[in-house]
Amino acid sequence: MRFFEDIEIGARREFGSFTFTPEDIKRFAAQFDPQRFHLDEEEGRNSLFGGLAASGWHVASVCMKLLVADGKRLAAEAAARGEQVAVWGPSPGFRELRWIRPVLAGDTISFTNQVETKRTSEKRPEWGILQARNIGVNQRNEVVFSFLATAFVPRRNPGS
Amino acid sequence: MTTLTFEDFKPGRFGTFGPRHVSREEILAFAAEFDPQPMHLDEEAAKKSMLRGLSGSGWHLGSLMMRMLFDGFIGRTASLGAPGVNEMRWVAPLRPGDDLTLDVDVVEARVSKSRPETGIVTFKSTIRNARGEMLCEMEAPIMISRRDAASA
Repeated sequence: MRFFEDIEIGARREFGSFTFTPEDIKRFAAQFDPQRFHLDEEEGRNSLFGGLAASGWHVASVCMKLLVADGKRLAAEAAARGEQVAVWGPSPGFRELRWIRPVLAGDTISFTNQVETKRTSEKRPEWGILQARNIGVNQRNEVVFSFLATAFVPRRNPGS
Repeated sequence: MTTLTFEDFKPGRFGTFGPRHVSREEILAFAAEFDPQPMHLDEEAAKKSMLRGLSGSGWHLGSLMMRMLFDGFIGRTASLGAPGVNEMRWVAPLRPGDDLTLDVDVVEARVSKSRPETGIVTFKSTIRNARGEMLCEMEAPIMISRRDAASA
């Protein structure tokens, strides 16, 4: 993972893809979002979604899963080069989350992000605050999901 | 049980739901699958993190909020799904053993311009723990059938 100073506004990165199986969709839905169109193929076909659709919270959680895996790859690469590895902090929230199109069973969603803003934290001078837009695109290249994420990122030289 | 439709949602407090107990095992299982950062999985690493102790993923808290909304009223509402979330604020960490209470307010209820048989109800939902500390606050719209359309 990179430090605050090393991150450029506008930088874009593809960070992974995931295929949603019917079993995955139903398992997540049974636990967190048991609406009929997330649990049953027939109900999904009869809904606005037109098929068994993943819960939006499932799509968002998979996006996080891929972000964390990508961060671990970047950290391993940095460590292999003998560089100091930045440990990112928590997120204070997100904005403008859009479930634009349904994610149906069998869809493969590929995720990218782009850094939109960065600023130093007034209350916590050892941290910077980053905003990045995460976007999910399906196998037909249709945008299905996006949100503006916020995260605390450590500064390399706090106070400088 | 009667199904709630758009007409049942008026601006103001809608209801309070819960409590929902969250175990350490649930927090670890969600984090292992979706958010395997040390602050959500490892006690020692978590102590050194900004949140000073093991905490649940914010996406776990969001997913739990969805489940509490479902159990509270969406499960008996003519819901057509949600277009997104305007804003989510993660204010304080979810901790193992927390008992969560959900407060739901209707911010706005309007008929869709493009689909007049559908209403769009914007909710403000907050989760607090047993000590009354707010853990998160979300503003999000849900599409809900109007009564005539739901009974047709």
